[in-house]
Amino acid sequence: MAAGSFIGWIDQRFPLTKMWREQVSEYYAPKNFNFWYYFGVISLVVLVNQLVTGIFLTMNYKPSAAEAFSSIEYIMRDVDGGWLIRYMHSTGASAFFIVIYLHMFRALLYGSHRKPRELIWIFGCLIFLLLMAEAFMGYVLPWGNMSYWGAQVIVSLFSSVPYVGGTLVDWIRGDYYIADATLNRFFALHVAALPLALIFLVIAHLMALHEVGSNNPDGIEIKKHKDAQGHPLDGIPFHPYYTVKDTVGIAGFLLLFCGVIFFAPTFGGLFLESPNFEPANPLQTPPHIAPVWYFTPFYAMLRAVPSFAGTQIWGVLVMGAAVLVLFFLPWLDRSPVRSIRYRGPIYKVMLAIFVFSFIALGFCGMKPPSGIYPTLAKICTVLYFAFFLLMPWYTKFDSVKPVPERVTGHA
Amino acid sequence: MNDQVDHSRRRLLTAATVGTGAIGVAFAAIPFLASWQPSARAKALGAPVEVDASKLESGQMLKVVWRGQAVFVVRRVKGSLEQLGNHDALLADPASEDSLQPDYIKSSGAVRARNPEYWVGLAVCTHLGCSPLGAFEANNSFQVAGADLGANWPGGFYCPCHGSKYDLSGRVFKSMPAPKNLTVPPYVFAENARITIGVDDAPKTV
Amino acid sequence: MLKSWVLITLALCSGGYAAAEEGEIPLLQSGADIHNTDSLQRGARNFMNYCSGCHSLKYVRYNRLAADLNIPEAELAPNLMFTSDKVVDTINSAMPKDSESWFGKQPPDLSLMARARGVDYLYSFLKGFYVDKTRPWGVNNLYLPSAAMPHVLQSLQGRQKPVFKNEPDDRGSARMVLVGVEAMTPGAMKPEEYDQFVRDIANFLDYAGEPIKAKRESMGVFITLFLLVFFVFAYLLKKEYWKDIH
Repeated sequence: MAAGSFIGWIDQRFPLTKMWREQVSEYYAPKNFNFWYYFGVISLVVLVNQLVTGIFLTMNYKPSAAEAFSSIEYIMRDVDGGWLIRYMHSTGASAFFIVIYLHMFRALLYGSHRKPRELIWIFGCLIFLLLMAEAFMGYVLPWGNMSYWGAQVIVSLFSSVPYVGGTLVDWIRGDYYIADATLNRFFALHVAALPLALIFLVIAHLMALHEVGSNNPDGIEIKKHKDAQGHPLDGIPFHPYYTVKDTVGIAGFLLLFCGVIFFAPTFGGLFLESPNFEPANPLQTPPHIAPVWYFTPFYAMLRAVPSFAGTQIWGVLVMGAAVLVLFFLPWLDRSPVRSIRYRGPIYKVMLAIFVFSFIALGFCGMKPPSGIYPTLAKICTVLYFAFFLLMPWYTKFDSVKPVPERVTGHA
Repeated sequence: MNDQVDHSRRRLLTAATVGTGAIGVAFAAIPFLASWQPSARAKALGAPVEVDASKLESGQMLKVVWRGQAVFVVRRVKGSLEQLGNHDALLADPASEDSLQPDYIKSSGAVRARNPEYWVGLAVCTHLGCSPLGAFEANNSFQVAGADLGANWPGGFYCPCHGSKYDLSGRVFKSMPAPKNLTVPPYVFAENARITIGVDDAPKTV
Repeated sequence: MLKSWVLITLALCSGGYAAAEEGEIPLLQSGADIHNTDSLQRGARNFMNYCSGCHSLKYVRYNRLAADLNIPEAELAPNLMFTSDKVVDTINSAMPKDSESWFGKQPPDLSLMARARGVDYLYSFLKGFYVDKTRPWGVNNLYLPSAAMPHVLQSLQGRQKPVFKNEPDDRGSARMVLVGVEAMTPGAMKPEEYDQFVRDIANFLDYAGEPIKAKRESMGVFITLFLLVFFVFAYLLKKEYWKDIH
């Protein structure tokens, strides 16, 4: 770098070129990333989208029970471009979960959570947990009738905590019902506290990733075979190869994303639910109350567990456990190989059952608890946990195929 | 690395992709920038204001609020109109060349009004935004806010903050703190002294 | 393998869907089309004449309506503006604040009713009034049992009577189940005319629920085309660089 140049001036004071080299242009990533490896960068795009649109929504949104609902319609009708910003944010919320679920599924396919990437996985799980809190509180802000009753149901879960439940619920609400105070604090958490925490966790997630390097569809370490310069033989510089490839992925994502925004922003009532176009009414519950689609698998587990011993806390515990069990995945998996390509039939079957149960739980959670749904939800709850809790055994006894020394092909 | 890299193709495709991406980002910025414009509600609240000035007597003034600012409507004494053209030499900008006034006001001569009898203008001193007072009597001993306006006071506006003086057409005198004449908003003067502040042309009726 | 499981799940769940909806009276298809400006204009006129006495559209402004529906602003005041005199105002109802005592509840604002309930619901509702002596206004509604609203359009539609069917209940004894309505006395309009009349109202309320919808969709076409171009460039660029990778 020429010492006299502007970049040179910066580099003497801030490690700009050094960081660019270490993290981008000379960060070696496996050359065999496939379709499933797009969702990390896409989730980053969605995060930026949520931050930017969120900031602009805040400029016109009024976090008070009296004005919140009207202020959303004000944004949708009276503010120039407001409708687009709002749809970008509401569609972005659903897109975030689609992308994150696919991103997590990628880890299950190729063993991305396995040693030495346990911390990447744990940071990711924390991001997922915070994202759920962020999405829940954001959903309350429009102060529609679904917002209101969703908040009512979820906050009521805390009442099942022994001894302090009632006090805890009043403390969360700041009132004796879901009220102005609740909305205002959810707003503060949604726009300031949680996004800050999310950004820090995303940075930690990426730092941990760049420390150990990316896994790949073959689940083998590319650092084992290096060339004379010390670069992995199966690795390629992130820039330009993955910057151009990720651009394609982002373009594809934007096509779908904009398709929803411009042609189906409510997505048939899944992304924006019709009862939420009626203002919050503390005296009237919507006829079919269900959370937004991305929470329904967990909501179905909550409903699948009956009350006994005089308390409904069991359902709450099961729902909490369904998220917490994810954190232990790196230690539950005892297979000698990482990638599904070299695993035996048991893992493949278990993973398929897990995906089936998760999707089926999602459907059950959207439906009223009648007909086959309660039974299906109970079965699927058991299957969901069986995937995790039986993992130490079935991964140990499952057959494996020989793992190649070098990665196989590239997409 | 391949030796037969087609660098010109790479440069071309990079330029195409980056260029298209930049155009896309520019388009995406539009709704965000547009959202800072006055909204439909702000426009509704800032809609033209209609004033019925027919009840106003000679030498009286009324104030109306338009877009959060006070607007003066003054009905001038007939006799005072003739002398308006006589003191151009004392004024800082007699023809309102540097002042914010619609063209039809600038071209109306010394009366600076669509109807000579009624003067309309913002009650905002062009110095630092204080609200001037109206002092319409050509009285040798006239005093406003404790200030003696002098023997030659022809009647007009006086700003109590820093002493700027304007004539009856809102034109500022020389050597005053205020640099420009009082701003005249767009307005329409219709029959029976119905004044609509905020539009240049009367709404078309079918 | 994975895909087949997903398909089975989908099949299971969609099979159950129809069963869950059983017992409700299916909505009529409105056939409303927000791109039909003539229909929207008629709907606006019908709404202002028959609905705006009680129902507001408090998020819709007259001048926005005029611009979107190609109505000259000068025609607003004589034809559509009965509750306000400024074109920038939102559409209020003529109802006084204490109207709650008239109907038992405040007539709801209709700005978002089409988004909350759907345009087919509005169309069905306006066709669903039937004579019911037990109700305060002498009418009930097939699609909103115990509706508090009188049949404002009765002189146009005429009166309808309920149609019941005998159905065995859980214990085997018969019970009367409301299954539909049929014409009783004719109104000022022929049935097709009335259908068109309420279709226009439903259509107008669909517009009122999301005034940007038509523009949003036409913008979407351009944005999709633009992104396709970007996608093609990005794809070619990727292909070019990845020639290096073997």
